[in-house]
Parts: sequence; C-alpha cells; structure tokens
Amino acid sequence: MARLHEMTALEIAASIGAREVSVEEVALYFLERIGRLDGSLRSFIRTVPERAVAAAVALDRRLAGEVSARRAGGLFGVPFAVKDNICTRGIPTTCASRILESFVPPYDATVVRRMYEAGLVLLGKTNMDEFAMGSSCENSAFFETRNPWNLETVPGGSSGGSAAAVAAGLVPFALGSDTGGSVRQPAALCGIVGLKPTYGAVSRYGLVAFASSLDQIGPLTRDVADCAAVMNVIAGHDEMDSTSAPLPSRDYSARLGADIRGIRVGVPREYMGEGAEPGVRSCVRDALGVLEDLGAVVEECALPHTEYALSAYYLIAPAEASSNLARYDGVRYGLREDAAEVHQMYERTRRRGFGPEVKRRIMLGTYALSSGYYDAYYLKALKVRTLVKRDFDIAFEKYDVLVGPTSPTVAFPIGSKTGDPVKMYLSDVFSVPVNLAGVPAISVPCGLHDGLPVGLQMIGRPFEEDFLLMVAHAYEQAAGTSRLRPRMVSEG
Amino acid sequence: MAISRDEVLHVARLARLELGEDEIEEYTRQLSRILEHIQKLQRLDTKDVPPTSHVLDLKNVLRADETRPGLSREEALSNAPDAVSGFFRVPKIRES
Amino acid sequence: MDSATAAEFEPVIGLEVHVELKTKSKIFCPCPTKFGAEPNTQVCPVCLGLPGVLPVLNEGAVELAVMAALALNCDIRPSSRFHRKNYFYPDLPKAYQISQYDHPLATGGWIEVGAGASRKRIGIKRLHLEEDAGKLMHEGSIETAARSLVDFNRCGVPLIEIVSEPDISSPEEAKEYLQVLKSILQYAGVSDCRMQEGSLRVDANVSVRPTGSAAFGTRTELKNIGSFRSVVRGLQYEIRRQIEVIRAGGEVLQETRHWDEQREVTVALRGKEEAHDYRYFPEPDLVPLHLDREWVESVRLKLPELPEARKRRFVSDYGLPEYDAGVLTASPSLAEFYERCVGLYGRGEGRPKTVSNWVMGELTRFLNANNIEIEEARVTPSHVVELLRLIEGGSISGKIAKAIFDRMCETGEMPSQIVRREGLGQISDESEIAAVVARVIEENPKVVGDYKSGKAQALGYLVGQVMKATGGRASPGLVNRVLRERLG
Repeated sequence: MARLHEMTALEIAASIGAREVSVEEVALYFLERIGRLDGSLRSFIRTVPERAVAAAVALDRRLAGEVSARRAGGLFGVPFAVKDNICTRGIPTTCASRILESFVPPYDATVVRRMYEAGLVLLGKTNMDEFAMGSSCENSAFFETRNPWNLETVPGGSSGGSAAAVAAGLVPFALGSDTGGSVRQPAALCGIVGLKPTYGAVSRYGLVAFASSLDQIGPLTRDVADCAAVMNVIAGHDEMDSTSAPLPSRDYSARLGADIRGIRVGVPREYMGEGAEPGVRSCVRDALGVLEDLGAVVEECALPHTEYALSAYYLIAPAEASSNLARYDGVRYGLREDAAEVHQMYERTRRRGFGPEVKRRIMLGTYALSSGYYDAYYLKALKVRTLVKRDFDIAFEKYDVLVGPTSPTVAFPIGSKTGDPVKMYLSDVFSVPVNLAGVPAISVPCGLHDGLPVGLQMIGRPFEEDFLLMVAHAYEQAAGTSRLRPRMVSEG
Repeated sequence: MAISRDEVLHVARLARLELGEDEIEEYTRQLSRILEHIQKLQRLDTKDVPPTSHVLDLKNVLRADETRPGLSREEALSNAPDAVSGFFRVPKIRES
Repeated sequence: MDSATAAEFEPVIGLEVHVELKTKSKIFCPCPTKFGAEPNTQVCPVCLGLPGVLPVLNEGAVELAVMAALALNCDIRPSSRFHRKNYFYPDLPKAYQISQYDHPLATGGWIEVGAGASRKRIGIKRLHLEEDAGKLMHEGSIETAARSLVDFNRCGVPLIEIVSEPDISSPEEAKEYLQVLKSILQYAGVSDCRMQEGSLRVDANVSVRPTGSAAFGTRTELKNIGSFRSVVRGLQYEIRRQIEVIRAGGEVLQETRHWDEQREVTVALRGKEEAHDYRYFPEPDLVPLHLDREWVESVRLKLPELPEARKRRFVSDYGLPEYDAGVLTASPSLAEFYERCVGLYGRGEGRPKTVSNWVMGELTRFLNANNIEIEEARVTPSHVVELLRLIEGGSISGKIAKAIFDRMCETGEMPSQIVRREGLGQISDESEIAAVVARVIEENPKVVGDYKSGKAQALGYLVGQVMKATGGRASPGLVNRVLRERLG
C-alpha cells in the first residue's frame, strides 16, 4: 500500500471501506504529519486534534456496526481542512484577521455540516489572506504560508493555506473560497486541482462574506476525481442561501472517464498574450496539444472585455466588501478597542482590527459607492460586468470549454509584490472574469516552469461542472501532470 | 483620476476607520494609483448596457412564516466583548 | 398659534410611518417576533449579523405588506428588490439595513380623512418592506448615559414604511391621517399598530410657507414622536418655531429634530448636519421579487372588510347614525364586539342603537379608564346582552346596570350573578313598596301638602325618596302608581 499522504481522498476512503486502515489511524497519521512539517510551511492557523480523534473514533464505531464496510462512492472517514473563513461551530473562525481572532461561531457553515454528515473528519483551519483579500497569503494577520515547492515563494492566495496543505500532503483535500481566483490561483501555484463552482452551486451559508455576488466555496484536491467526489458532498440546494440554485442534486463523478473526442475547445487570445509569462504560456500550449491528441477541436477565440474585467472587479468586490465588513464594529463579537464614545470605539476597533490590504479595499469600496461617485464607478462596473458576461455567453455558443492559464506567473518570491497593490491585483487578471460571469472554472496542473507548477484553467458553462470535470479528468489522465509532487511529499 | 486628502478623510469617516498621518498619505497615493488604473473603464461606451448586480436568474426565493428556536442567550452573548444582565453593552452614543 | 400667524403661513406636512407586521417569524430568519421577551432571547446568527450568515425572505411578510398596500389603495409593483442602506449604529448588527430603495413594493396609494365637505384624500407615495433594528436602552437619558445596552429581539422584525405625500395641512389632520391609517391596517390584520409598544412609529416632515404659495419651504424632520398626542403637540411646536425663525429674518435649516416629550420642545440633534451617505446598493444576498397579478389578486380576496365599508354597512344595516357607525368601526375589535352583541340581542325595535349606546358609552369609558383594548378585557358580548335583557325585563334599572358594569368588566362575572348575589334585583312586590311609600308620606308632611295643593312636581321628590330608601331597586312605574293612589 502507498503511503497515506500520497494517496487521493478516494483511495483513502476505499482503504477505510476495505478495513485496511481505521478512520482514527488515518486522522492520527495526518495530524502527526502536520505536527512534523507544518512548522516550515505554516499552512494551518489551528488544528483540532482532540475533536478530530473523537470524531474518528465515533466513525470507526459506526463502521464496525455496519454489515458491509463499503460505503458507495463516498469519502467516509477521510480527513479534510477548511479555510478559516468558513464557520465551524465551537472552533474559532478568524478570517486570518485580528478583528475576528477571538470569534467562535455558534453554528456550522452548510458545507461543514454536509462534510460531517457524510462522515468526514475536520483536522483544522487553514491560513489565508485576511478576509480572502489577496493573492499570496501574505496578508494574513498572523503569519505567511509558504509554497511546498519552494519555501521562499508564496503559495498563492487567498486560499494559500488550503493549497499548501494539500500540496504538501498534510491533508488529503481542503476547502477554499474563490471570489476572484482564490481557489484556482493557489491551486495553480501549488500544483494541485482547484475548482470554482458556478455561482449558486455551493451554499455560501457560513462562508464569511467578502463579495457576496462573487464568492463561491470550492474544493482543493490532489486530482480531478477527488474534486468531483468533494462536490458530491458540498454542492446542492440550501434553503439557508437565497442565491443557492434550486437544482436537483447530481453526480459530479458520473462523466469521469468519458471520451472527449470532438469537444470544442476555445483558447481566448486575451489569455495567451504578453500578460502571461512565456514559461506559463509554453506549458499551456503543451496542454492544448494533449487535448488535441485526445480528439478535441482546439481553436483561438475572443473574450474582448478581458482587459476591463479586472478594473470592474476591483470596484465591485471592494464595494460589496465595504458593506460586508462593516459589521465588525466591536459590539457583538470580535475585537473591541475601548473608547468613551461608540463611534470612536468603532474607529479605533477597526483601525487596530483590520490589516492594510483590507483597509485599502474598504476605502476603495466605500469611495465607489459614495454619493457623487456611484454612477461613475460602481454602476459603471456593473455595466462592464454585463459585457464580460456576454463575452462568455457568446463564446459558449461555439465552444464547450475555454482553456488558458490560471495565473500569469508561477509562484513568486515572498515579498516581491507586497509594495505595489496594482501589481498584485494583476495576478488575478485571468481568474476574475470567471467570477464576474458566475461560470465554473477549474485549475489543473499542466507542468513545471523553473521547477514551479503551472496551472491550466478550464472554464465551463454554468451548472455544467460535470462536463468540465470530465474534460479536466481526461486531460489529467493523459498528461499525468497531477502526479507531480514537491519533494516534501516524496521524501515523506 | 486622483483622490484628494479630504476625500480620503471623508471616506475613512464613512467607513469608521481611524487613520494615522502616514496612512492618510499612503491611501491618498495608493487609491489614486488604483483609480487611475480603473479609469480605463470610462473608455467603454455603456450607455445602453444594463447593469448586472447578479448573475443568477433567480427570483422570489421565500421561506414559509414559521418560527424555529435560535440561540440561547448564553450562546448569543458568548462572543460579546462587553455584556451585562442579558444585554450587549456599548459606550455612550453620540448622535452622528 | 394666534390666528394672524395661521392666516399668514400654512404648514406642509408629510408623514413617514413605520409599522411592524404581525408575522410569526422575523423577515429574514425564523426567530419569533413576540413582544416583551427577555432581552436577547429571540435571536439567531442571522439577526445578530454573525459572520457568514445570509437572509431568506419571509413569505408571510411579503403577503402582509401586499395586503397593507392594497388596503391603502396602492399599486403593487410587478417587480421590486432589496437594497442595503449602510450606516453604523449599535442597534444595527450588520451596519446596514436591508430595505427597499429604487424599486419599492408599492406606490401611488391614498386614504381619506375629514367628513362632509372637508373630506380629503392624502396621497401615499410609496410603501416598502424592510427590517427593524434592535432596541437601545440608555443608562439614564440618551444625553447623559455613560453606556448603553442593546437588545436584538426586535432586530429583524418585518416593517413596512409608508410615506405620505406632503398633502397634510395641519397637525390635527396629521393625527386624523394616522388614526385612519391605523384603523385600516388593523382591519387588514397586518399589524397591531400599538404605538406604546413601538409597533407603529411616526416621523414627520414639516415646513411652512406663505399661505397660498406653491413653493415648499425648507423642511425639518421630526423624530421621537411617541403618541398621537405628541404628533399634534410636536408639529404645533415645530410650525410655531419655524414661523418665528422666518419672522425674525432667519432661515429654517434642513435638519432632524428630536421631540422632547418632557419639555415639549423640539431639539436639533447634534452633528446631524454631517449629511448621511447611506451608500445604497442592490442587496447581493437576496434575489428580486416578482409579484404576478394573479397572486396579488389572490391576496386581495383575503382582504377583510375595511373601516369605510363597515361604517357604511353599520348605517344601512343597523340604522345607526353616521357618528355611531364611525366610532364603532374605528377599531376592528370594537366593531366585531358590537356586531356580536347585536347578533345575540337582535335587530328589532331600535335594539342596535341601544347596543351602540352601551358600547360607545359605558364600555368605551371603561376601556379608556383602564387603558386597555377590548380583547384584553374580560367582558364578552354575552355579558353586555344579558345586562340589556335584565333592564328590558324590568329586573334591574338602568342605573343599577351602570353601577355593576365595571365590576362585570373587571371580574368577568355574569350580570345576573352579580344582581342575585348582591340583592340588586328590582322590587316589584307591591306590598313591599307600599310600606316604603307609607313611611315616606309620613316623614314628608310638607311636600305631601304641596302636592295636594296642586304642585305636581312635588311628586317627583317623593318618588326620589322612595328610590333612595330602596337603594334604587324599586320599579319606578310601580312607585309612581302606588304614591298617586295613596295621595288620592
């Protein structure tokens, strides 16, 4: 048997089902690994070993009571981690912010509840850019997370902790959130699979809001089959979320392994220009070759408003954020800086509680919504959003999948972009249009450049994640790129 | 498109963010630079384009008028920085 | 205000009324809405604004709001949506209120006030749905409190905001508008409209202008109006103040002013000049509301009879004077009480008017004296009707009936029981009355002499003495007859 940290979640579940290993042994294995290796990586804000072991023991007992140990298709017994902006009852949920450092939610996010109900074991909460604002995990109020491929580089962000933990084999998979690329970009930079589902496919209840019309929770996994299996647990209608799509539940794994001969692949020329570094483009071109070999018809196409999407995004997301983050006022929970008068208390609390990037975006968003600027900025951005969405509508009339790079660069050195917000924002140039349009997109590893992973982004039609996963799976199987692992993993 | 120091102070006030002198300068500079970058949007003619505030084509998501128990008072107040006899407590309120 | 001022200037008034809807659960979460619970016991992650929570709209709130809008003759907009109104205040957990902005639920309604020739329509500009905030308690007064306490039970209770056109032209008319509005909303069953519990709250916009002028003066917004009485007092004060400012050559400032109930003055709130910038934008956590015509019509069918219709019916069906019908139908519970009384007592021989006299008279006096609503009293239509039957059958006099009315209302004891227990039944035994009559004649020789010498009114005095001696229980007809016989 392979070592647990080199196995996929589905392989681990199968092994548990076959009673080759107990749920408790699996949990302890990964907890030990985190204890040993996370000191240099710093992907977890906190682990919950007692809870995890207690949950694992209870699951083993349940398993012992079953006539047949095999639980069809599930992830029963598999450990997981969640980004620290997803609420967990009784476990602090900090958003990597001072302002929520002491906050303990009295409720579980819908995705967490579904995980528990499906018999999965939570190991801990992962590091992130504060309130999911960032592309490098350097905006955590607590510490930076490092990329397991090269500890001098960033893991990407904002779900950098989740991506690094999965890539380093500290946990079989993790959940992140994606508002402008925050699942896909760190997945790309850490060489794993990350999916941003269609807006409305996964409940946002319990995800601490950054930009409500863009946020989606998504899986970060070792391979595409695991990604589909996690979607089977977390996706589906939730009456606690008014923006959750009222669609019947579906099997995201159903089309895996199907032939993709004849599918039409569009390659947006805006994604393959100078914006992406040559090494990235070269890996993507290799991937397009693999798709052609599989029988796909690959053609260049256009998403003409791509260059405007980033600007629209950096108005819409901060505007919504400025409102979503107003509730951190020191009244009901979180940090409070005392003052004689309540508005002074607000100002001091928020000054001390928020980091510079969060403040920057609150300021930008407040400005964009304020009297006299609403039409020129916020409303304008919403109109551009319409144009960006139309680009996708038009492209999907002709193509089944759009393919390009996930991120314009591979993992960059820690500290190299922190001085210049605009430069940092440009990391999101290929990922934000997807959020503006609400469509699903997956990042799968497509090779290495300078010894660092490159991510291939595949974008699909709304609510056709099963098709997208089918294409990604076919590519992954043919290219073998998901088997690339950092030394941290192969060395044990 | 530059943002003025006064505008920065006004926005900070709206957002209830106290800023230090260095921050005022930094945000005036950085926000100006970001807005300059964003300025390219003005090149697009959007006169006849409707705004998209939401990508989903959903409407009328409603729940039945039924009650369910919420949190106990202890749970409700468990995260409070200052609570007394069942209430959250805040410093004195000056209208503003 | 002296009449010279009244002639020279005229006020222009518009009212913004917030009414809590009578749903079981809150507008965006399933917490109960009961009034008066222990602080922070009707809260959940959603209405406390915890990180990560999302609102889901209560269908019952939409239905009641539509019902209110229909009762106020509004057009229901086929499509409406919610916005966030952003501002910081300790009673507002999310630091934004979910409200409606550019697409309200309903627009263009009206109600009528005044009678006869001065009957007039007051326009309703818009009606929209929003969530209530929590409640603040100050340790001391708002000015002097060192700290304040917050209770979020009320937070998230559904509200409708009803904005009138500036069609109201006097403080008294403002009060009447509110009375009619309250009556309609109570009839429609959408709200209790209890001002003392805060389920109906009023803000007033008021300005003055030279009489006959078409332009508007600068308006002030009057807040903290706690009762219908203070609507009138507050507006009177504010109108007088504005006129004085203008006369002194000053300028009325556009500002929010607090009505100070104790001192009976309006006070500008400090710092309010810094204009609010609510940064409204579409609420991304909610989807639009599309109300199709059929559904709206199905709600209209559920709308009960409204006060105007019921008043007309009381006049035509029960033969009541317009005045009686107006008083009895002002609140639905009183009107229903009246109708149940008539149902039990019967409709012949001026009986509806007799019932009306008692309900408008004794019953209303009792309710007002005790400051309660009819549904809180222990008296039922059966009580009132039994009482009327006792009078009609000659068992008790009207005077005795009035005397036991309050006890009946307070204890809920049936009137016949009270009469029996306390021996209050009318004396109709002739020999018993004859004995009293004999004693009265003996004790009043002078009056008897007067009567005999032709002073007819002296008989009245003697009847009175007999009644007094029997504690009012003697049958007046019988006393009259026996006295006349004895006095020959």
